[in-house]
Amino acid sequence: MSQTTFVAEPGVPQFIVTRRFSAAPDLVFRAHIEPRLLERWLGPKTLSMTVDVLEPHHGGRWRYRHRDGHGNEYVFHGLYHGTPSAAGIVQTYEFDRQPGVIYLNTIHFDPAETGTVLRQNTVFQTVADRDGYIDGGAESGYGQSMERLENLLTTMMEQS
Amino acid sequence: MPTDQLSMVFSALADPTRRAILTRLAQGEATVAELAEPFDVSQPAISRHLKVLEQARLISRQRRATSRLSRLEATPLRNATAWLANYQQYWETSYDQLDALLDTLTTDGDNP
Repeated sequence: MSQTTFVAEPGVPQFIVTRRFSAAPDLVFRAHIEPRLLERWLGPKTLSMTVDVLEPHHGGRWRYRHRDGHGNEYVFHGLYHGTPSAAGIVQTYEFDRQPGVIYLNTIHFDPAETGTVLRQNTVFQTVADRDGYIDGGAESGYGQSMERLENLLTTMMEQS
Repeated sequence: MPTDQLSMVFSALADPTRRAILTRLAQGEATVAELAEPFDVSQPAISRHLKVLEQARLISRQRRATSRLSRLEATPLRNATAWLANYQQYWETSYDQLDALLDTLTTDGDNP
């Protein structure tokens, strides 16, 4: 199975995540905008995922929530800019636990020889916002336990 | 960890020689001479790398007898990588699930 690659450069308020899929761009795109498909894949296995609103057109709203076994909820919401298509999705994001920290997410579905290369670029207003997003992620249980030092070093090497 | 220190950690880790130094120090303390040995660079160059690592608090240095020993400080690395790992874990898990879902859709000819 292909790996997800991840780039977060120091001092640049941006994340780039890349992943190859064997399915065609149109199908990968649909899994992003059809609620009943999106609910089946987005987020950690330990959290349930519900799409409250998803209006895939220019200016349309989207809102979804992750919920853990204790009833804690983590809500993300935003707007689509331009109509989402198999060429790409542009959307703003806001996490309800960090109101006012708004970031811009662009997803490209590039046709590849055998399927699709998905490239997600998330741009924050500041580096501090980017790091805060991660703190929020840790708080909501996305985080995994600390890695052993050797693993950490290996990870850093792969990412640089 | 403050963001500026996080940036220093990432900058420090951006250099392959400095990562190799950290890998060596993961096995135990070492002198500048010992650290310089595997590399085709001068001891002053290694010293400059050590200074960058020290400023990022990835290592600490102390004088013992006639030599100066460097030792790995694990906390900033753990913080930096936990920070990355959280985000990465979220998307890796999600995309693995998406991959499995897409396989199902393709195989079943499911056209919702």
